[in-house]
Amino acid sequence: MTTDLRDAHGRPLVAITGMGLVTSLGQGKADNWARLTAGQSGIHRITRFPVEGLRTTIAGTVDDLFNEPFAAPELSEKLAMLAADEAVGQAGLGRKGDFPGQLFMAVPPVELEWPQKQVLASASNEAVSYDTLLAAAAAHTHRAYHAMFLFGTVADRIADHFGTKGSPISLSTACSSGATAIQMGVEAIRRGETEAALCIGTDGSVHAEALIRFSLLSALSTHNDPPEEASKPFSKNRDGFVMGEGGAALVLESYASARARGAEILGFVLGCGEKGDGFHRTRSSPDGRPAIVAMQEALADAGLEPDHIDYVNAHGTSTPENDKMEAMSCTAVFGPRMTTLPISSNKSMVGHTLTAAGAVEAVFSMLTIANGRIPPTINYREPDPNIPLDVVPNVARDARVRRVISNSFGFGGQNTCLVFGDAPV
Amino acid sequence: MTNTVVITGIGLLSSLGEDIAAHVDAARGQRGAVIDRETFAPYPVHPLGAVELDRQIPKKSDQRQMEPWQRIGVYAAGLALDSAGIKGDADAKDRLHVIVAAGGGERDHAVDGQILTGLKSAANPGVFLNERLLGDLRPTLFLAQLSNLLAGNISIVHGVTGPSRTFMGEEQAGVDAVRVAHARIAAGQADMILVGGSYNAERRDMLLLFELGGALLKGVPTPTFRRLPGQDGMVTGSVGAFLVLESAQSAAARGARVLARLDAVSADRVRREDGAITRSLTEQLAGHHVAPDGLLVSAAPGLAGPAAEEQAALAAVAPGRTPLAVGDLVGHAIEAAFPAAVALAAALLSAGEASSALVSGVGHHRGEGLASLSAA
Repeated sequence: MTTDLRDAHGRPLVAITGMGLVTSLGQGKADNWARLTAGQSGIHRITRFPVEGLRTTIAGTVDDLFNEPFAAPELSEKLAMLAADEAVGQAGLGRKGDFPGQLFMAVPPVELEWPQKQVLASASNEAVSYDTLLAAAAAHTHRAYHAMFLFGTVADRIADHFGTKGSPISLSTACSSGATAIQMGVEAIRRGETEAALCIGTDGSVHAEALIRFSLLSALSTHNDPPEEASKPFSKNRDGFVMGEGGAALVLESYASARARGAEILGFVLGCGEKGDGFHRTRSSPDGRPAIVAMQEALADAGLEPDHIDYVNAHGTSTPENDKMEAMSCTAVFGPRMTTLPISSNKSMVGHTLTAAGAVEAVFSMLTIANGRIPPTINYREPDPNIPLDVVPNVARDARVRRVISNSFGFGGQNTCLVFGDAPV
Repeated sequence: MTNTVVITGIGLLSSLGEDIAAHVDAARGQRGAVIDRETFAPYPVHPLGAVELDRQIPKKSDQRQMEPWQRIGVYAAGLALDSAGIKGDADAKDRLHVIVAAGGGERDHAVDGQILTGLKSAANPGVFLNERLLGDLRPTLFLAQLSNLLAGNISIVHGVTGPSRTFMGEEQAGVDAVRVAHARIAAGQADMILVGGSYNAERRDMLLLFELGGALLKGVPTPTFRRLPGQDGMVTGSVGAFLVLESAQSAAARGARVLARLDAVSADRVRREDGAITRSLTEQLAGHHVAPDGLLVSAAPGLAGPAAEEQAALAAVAPGRTPLAVGDLVGHAIEAAFPAAVALAAALLSAGEASSALVSGVGHHRGEGLASLSAA
């Protein structure tokens, strides 16, 4: 009996008992899933700040959550709060404000933003320098800015609200952060350190400077019109990613404890794989080895062979480089079968939710399994002859999906892959 | 938990330079701290000592692509790899996991000042901001600012191609980095982990963030555990601190020199109310063996209230003793403070200073942690 509660490696199985989601498609799993499988896009023209003079004027922002101006960490906190509320509510674990497990959060880097600096600069009539700002700060009349722009604050507030236990982790592995948050929860449960983990990815950092920074790296699509057609992963005319915002949360539990309390089991995190890449700060190794190894490690960790995977939830950013590299790496891992193995990119609809992406796509992967329906890659009109894959073009497809591998790759040589399933291996 | 965790590599770069012996001498009171009270007056800082970057970061192009906080960290990570004897071991570096505690990169201070000046009279501030940012931001500056790009640069410069994770969250990121690295090795989830962080104190943007919260000392620093309320605060220091942790089996198999054992690491975060820090540390102490003659090494930030609470908790296990404040030697290094304190404790044990050490870390705003070490 006890062996049923452990995986092929003898470790505690990790079940998913709650999930929550907010993206530019809407709030909650139901809304998001309906629109995602209808092939709808959440990408729109930016109204949060003036876009005059910018090469990219579109994004998948999550709007209408605040009545007043807000800073990026405040939106990241709000998105995390909404997603976690849905996930913890579904899991029905612990009492309100007393979550019996640890918190692992993927949060975007923060720093003092322009509006706050302008407030500090307003004290002086002369040319502004950091000494001007320091002199204004020394009055200690803007203490709230300090906490707001500490890196640990978003997780702090989530920990306080949900009553998670222990020292909350705020982490970044760039665009694979959301997947790393889940991986860390899995590891803590496997170590027996905690019976439950609240794993969150959140990103609400579409503001002018963030957009301009990515723009200066030529990473963003400039197909501004119409906005919903800009993100076109795996297409020949793909020209960059579209920034998105979102929050996603998963409640992970040891299978033993979830079963003992009679919780509804939504599925399992079967395996996690990761590999570093020392090739370049923004580009991946030309041979694709790190991505290949990350996928292989995730499969091995799950105790599965490539043939056991029914669907690849792609990183699929819509940049020329990523999609080519990902297709090549998947072909190396899955062999000739890759031409018929469905692979699709949620980012064609919600954009690249950056820090949150790995968690957002984990929830979509689980919904794919639960609903037996594969979300499409939209805007697929010009196939790339170098990517001869079944990208589930434009229209969702009904299919029995028992096991999914979800890929996340990031700047700085970050590669993290997760394997989800409907049942233990 | 099954595996014994040992420290086989230390890298420290600070105002005292990169020589471990210099840091040990300072801890013994045989060498004074280096403090710059002029450049950022009224805020004293411990500036980075003279360092020949080429020794750990041979390519100028790599040096150029990084900001100081990254160069400090990459340099210290290289020292740790050298110390562990794996710098030239491509196979070990391909399996080496990395956990970095990091904040963010620095602003272009001149550009920010010009833009803020211009914004005051701009007819359309939003459009002005767009124009100036597009024109004035260096494209590569972004990569020097991203938190996880310290790990990325360690990977590129030192050829460490195992996976990396970056923890954020000020001092507690450093505590959790060491705690999670220890837990993963103890549980057999990894054999060898490079863990640490870096902080560049010579930045007005960071002084600004901490001054907003009233967390900085102004004027002449007094010793951390004698700092009085009203005259207290952080004196920050530029520090890079990395450790190579590995299982005792792994160290033995490759014949590595063991500097110290890392016996236990704990961390918690409590709401900051009166007495909360003392309670948190007291609870955590139950998981640590503290010898009566062991060293007490503290990563205290320099705030009087938290320091008093930290001392109250430690007094229960080591009555009448004042911890060695690493901040008094090299400055408070935020994310790198706890890794630096653990590194210094390991160096002191390795130098025969004592048979065990307890390292405490209390964040200036959040987080409390402990590590206990024993001599190899």
